[in-house]
Amino acid sequence: MAPIEKIEGRAIPFGLKNVDTDVIIPAKWLKTISREGLGKGAFETLRADPNNLFDQPEYRQAPILIAGDNFGCGSSREHAAWALGDLGIRVVIAPSYSDIFSGNAVKNGILPVVLPQSAIDRLMEVAATDPIHVDLDTQTVTTPFQDRFTFEIDPFRKMCLLNGLDEISLTEKSDAAIAAHEQMIAKTQPWLTPTLA
Amino acid sequence: MTRPRTLYEKIWDAHVVEQRSDGTCLIFIDRHLVHEVTSPQAFAGLRASGRTVRRPDLTLAVPDHNLPTTARKDAAGNRLPIADVESAAQLAALETNAPDFGIRYIDATAAEQGIVHVVGPEQGFSLPGTTIVCGDSHTACHGGIGALAFGIGTSEVEHVLATQTLLLQPAKTMEVRVEGEVGPGVTAKDIILHITGTIGAAGGTGHVIEYTGSTIRALSVEGRLTVSNMAIEGGARAGLIAPDTTTFAYLKGRPYAPKGADWDAAIAYWTSLATDPGATYDKTVVIDAAEIAPSVTWGTSPEDVVPITGTVPAPDSFADPSKQAAVAKSLAYMGLEPGTRMQDVPIENIFIGSCTNSRIEDLRAAAAVLKGRHKAANVKWAIVVPGSGLVKAQAEAEGLDRIFTDAGLEWREPGCSACLGMNPDKVPAGERCASTSNRNFVGRQGPGSRTHLVSPAMAAAAAVTGRLTDVRELID
Repeated sequence: MAPIEKIEGRAIPFGLKNVDTDVIIPAKWLKTISREGLGKGAFETLRADPNNLFDQPEYRQAPILIAGDNFGCGSSREHAAWALGDLGIRVVIAPSYSDIFSGNAVKNGILPVVLPQSAIDRLMEVAATDPIHVDLDTQTVTTPFQDRFTFEIDPFRKMCLLNGLDEISLTEKSDAAIAAHEQMIAKTQPWLTPTLA
Repeated sequence: MTRPRTLYEKIWDAHVVEQRSDGTCLIFIDRHLVHEVTSPQAFAGLRASGRTVRRPDLTLAVPDHNLPTTARKDAAGNRLPIADVESAAQLAALETNAPDFGIRYIDATAAEQGIVHVVGPEQGFSLPGTTIVCGDSHTACHGGIGALAFGIGTSEVEHVLATQTLLLQPAKTMEVRVEGEVGPGVTAKDIILHITGTIGAAGGTGHVIEYTGSTIRALSVEGRLTVSNMAIEGGARAGLIAPDTTTFAYLKGRPYAPKGADWDAAIAYWTSLATDPGATYDKTVVIDAAEIAPSVTWGTSPEDVVPITGTVPAPDSFADPSKQAAVAKSLAYMGLEPGTRMQDVPIENIFIGSCTNSRIEDLRAAAAVLKGRHKAANVKWAIVVPGSGLVKAQAEAEGLDRIFTDAGLEWREPGCSACLGMNPDKVPAGERCASTSNRNFVGRQGPGSRTHLVSPAMAAAAAVTGRLTDVRELID
């Protein structure tokens, strides 16, 4: 996973709320056994319109996406994060996310920035003409016009994103604690180990 | 004296392996359900890193999402190939990955095969008080038997396969209390549609919802699974309903359920999980059951709910400007004009199935409406898709399949079917479907499809009249 620290570039002023993962990547693209190449299916329905934002020259390969409330709701498909990543998006900025999507984003090196709607409104304005700068280390979003918004992020997620860390390797360090839990369960709740009668 | 705790807090506390200084916890996962669509990349990741599955005995794999629901065997009993090359490749991957990693696997042609969220409780693999995950957001379903169950992404699937744990932040708690008796024609589906309309599609974000109150208590386990299934449609990653004697009666004797002395010990433990008197939730919403009508969605978000007696709303009837814009877009997509009576909306397609509504009681409810009746001439496509092979067999033993086929509906093989538009069962562009599934998103049932979410009885009523219909007009 590519580490993420400072991202600067054009931001797609998308702005819609309740954007579900069926919209981000329709089901027909889920019939893959690979994580690669899903960018071409990203926002397919919206991109059928030749005037769509995503394919305007100034927003092609834009690293930032600005969205409305509850971004990534619905299906748990991680293909949504893979598709955004393949489209070149490294940061999403929205007032809120579905819990599953924000987890999937972080695991794929995409930073979900949470900012209030007032900040989103201002960034949408700026994004129409100018680039936006996101700094994970200082937890700030800035514009060429002296706007400065700070955001909160879970420290563990921040650490994983800054270092491009693989979560499984981290968890494997807790092997002894996991084994202890398994032994405790085997003793106190033996029925939890499923066996067919 | 210990602090009073909610059901959620008790299950959470019992599964903490380690707590990090920032509050993140390493949570032990008791049950992992795996299907063909969200697992191939996880198994590929394990292979690439030389990892194994830590607890194959706690893992159960079954294909459901992209299996066609047409016959799976020919007359001689030979398995029929899947025409779609990519779907066939996903199924083949699961059929290889499960034995390679030592995981229990239910074959596409097995009697027990079905939608993963129907199979789990049906097999007694899903149990109260457990943590259950699956690479599918409707894992919330298993909360209906009192399990902390939630959908995960593919990276998390790989994480659980490798470590049997997940790194999680504790959720906030939300109580949705429904009190009183529901009126005629009002089912568990109407209850959860009404709740989703009330709290909104993001109302439960960051929360686990516990459904409480006399209305919920009075539901069967099947109804509870329907309610909890759609917790995710209200933004909550998981739903919960406290396990009680109804739950225990449902689970007793199921293949993986505890037996003998283990059963008694399990019941004692499960009984202790109910929310303590005096425990508090971060948020509480109270709903009067008498206010719940047979319900239907008009738009492209599951929060777009009205009673069947209602009308299509106008964008400017919403206060929030961004919702106004979303409503205008929804109505254009749905081809609906504000003020239209929902009961005047014609329906060309009927889908009875999905992890929300494909259990035996759902099929009985639909059959009760369809018995002795026939689908309307304008209904072009109407399918009934049982949630599992066992549901299918039970329905056939009760003669429900004949009621459906006599009424002009097709009786199919178990699977996710037309819920999600990734197998051959799709709704054509521009056409409407009265669907017992869980999502009315743009393109969900196929590109351009227009979904109206309803209960099985309401879907059956729409089949009879060829328009969205108040089921109360067709029942005694």
